[in-house]
Amino acid sequence: MRAKAAVAPPAVASSDRVRLVGLAGGAAVLIALFMVVQAAGMWDYVLPRRAVKVGAIALAGASIAVSTVIFQSITTNRILTPAIMGLDRLYMLIQTATVYFLGSAHPLVSQSRLNFLLCTGAMGLFSLFVYRMFLGRRQANVYVMLLIGVVFGTLFDSLSSFLLVLIDPNEFLVVQSRMFASFNRVTSQLFWPASAAALAVMAYVARFMKYLDVLALGRDHAINLGVDYPKVVRQLLVAVFILVAVSTALVGPVTFLGLIVANLAYELLDTYRRVPLMAAAVFISIIALVGGQLVVERVFVFSTPLPVIINFAGGILFLYLLFKERSAW
Amino acid sequence: MVEVQQVVKCYGPKTVLRDVSLAVKPGTMTSFIGPNGAGKSTLLSIMSRLIPADSGHVLLDGRTLASYDSRELARRISVLRQANHIQLRLTVRELVSFGRFPYSQGRLGPEDWEAVDRALAGMGLLDIQNKYLDELSGGQRQRAFIAMVVAQETDYIFLDEPLNNIDMRHSVQIMKLLRGLVEESGRAVVVVMHDVNLAAHYSDRIVALKEGGVAYDGPARDIMEPETLKDVFDLDVTVGEIQSCRVCVYFR
Repeated sequence: MRAKAAVAPPAVASSDRVRLVGLAGGAAVLIALFMVVQAAGMWDYVLPRRAVKVGAIALAGASIAVSTVIFQSITTNRILTPAIMGLDRLYMLIQTATVYFLGSAHPLVSQSRLNFLLCTGAMGLFSLFVYRMFLGRRQANVYVMLLIGVVFGTLFDSLSSFLLVLIDPNEFLVVQSRMFASFNRVTSQLFWPASAAALAVMAYVARFMKYLDVLALGRDHAINLGVDYPKVVRQLLVAVFILVAVSTALVGPVTFLGLIVANLAYELLDTYRRVPLMAAAVFISIIALVGGQLVVERVFVFSTPLPVIINFAGGILFLYLLFKERSAW
Repeated sequence: MVEVQQVVKCYGPKTVLRDVSLAVKPGTMTSFIGPNGAGKSTLLSIMSRLIPADSGHVLLDGRTLASYDSRELARRISVLRQANHIQLRLTVRELVSFGRFPYSQGRLGPEDWEAVDRALAGMGLLDIQNKYLDELSGGQRQRAFIAMVVAQETDYIFLDEPLNNIDMRHSVQIMKLLRGLVEESGRAVVVVMHDVNLAAHYSDRIVALKEGGVAYDGPARDIMEPETLKDVFDLDVTVGEIQSCRVCVYFR
């Protein structure tokens, strides 16, 4: 049984490597399909538009997957998502409040670029607030911050429910269309700044990726193994905030997807290492979103929104995982 | 040398450590004993930078712990706390390989795997090294965590009740291994212990804490006196000598 001494095993086992390549290939094929199916020869018109759309989908998927895997490593919990921080509820509150107070014809509601700026700005301010209140301290406590996130999330949720009760039924429809994530309203005006922000954040946190495995052991072990815990956790959480804020402002709330793709990645790969897991989660995320959008556009002809399909399929999958894991707990 | 200077720690209104000062030299094994709530674990956590002191300093070779780079410190000081629940599904070997993180940053080289093999062998874990932690008994898991700290190969090793859940045979094995680290490699080992007899036999020095302060501090043999132990634990004890080994009987 004894492994040969002094032979360093590869960082990623070959079976996992095959699976990763398969996932990457699947994502690439789906993106290609999305670009060319039913183009009807109008390439000049179709390709640039579809490229922006598929780019936005891939960007949102990758942001959600990356932020969820980081978040779950920090909290050492595989059934939490960054949604617990209340950012997507804040997004909903902003959408509801602007429509209620300013009306759906106001530029802040109807112009996607202004709306995007408003949402990212508000979510950025909220992140800054959480940062200043709780993460700036020397003894950063992740659980206190989670609790604050839950409390504020509930507050935002209750406020939007309250406004939705009072709102004019016609205006309600405008809000309702924003309650679900949608890739149909993404324009290149939004796409470029959002992708620049998300890619910059991902490039910045790349240096912390090696710490994720150790962080997932918990605070004490991470400190023992030489991680500057408060500093690293703080920077990673800020990155999570930005990624969630950008993807939410771009396409709407899709954080439940992160839970699904992260757990699928944990099931699919036979490793504890976070970097291959994160890569797998990104590919699964792109496959789910691009594949789902393809089905929505070409099969259901837009009659069913994508989040409904994802939440339905994901919910079933999640129940399956819970029941399967029950014996292990 | 790790020096603790006038360390004070409070949790809310409760003072857990009041003005504790002591120093730990390389090549020694020190045991912290004392009743529950005496501040043993808190002192150990402060000495190993897991929690900050409210006032006072901890110095490593004359510099405060905070002035060291985290990664450098992790090659000098290692620590294992009492409760070790981890959420990852890891094999014993994978867990122990984490002990090399301060050196390898996750990319273990041949010498890192050699250290992992040494630690596994030392803790008697080679035959279960590929088992998952959640398949093991509490004692086996505890030994795997100790092996991780051993693989870290630090000058100072802090262990909070390392013999928790561990049977007699493995307790002796672990204490012998720690003793070997002290004598052969000149490491300093500091353990929180509840078994006074094992502490007295294997340690060079015993520090008895009571109500947040150091009550007694001296060579292990000198602490094993009925009056001293009675004072520390508020319990009548008898100390006898069996095969030139001082044994305290406290359960009559």
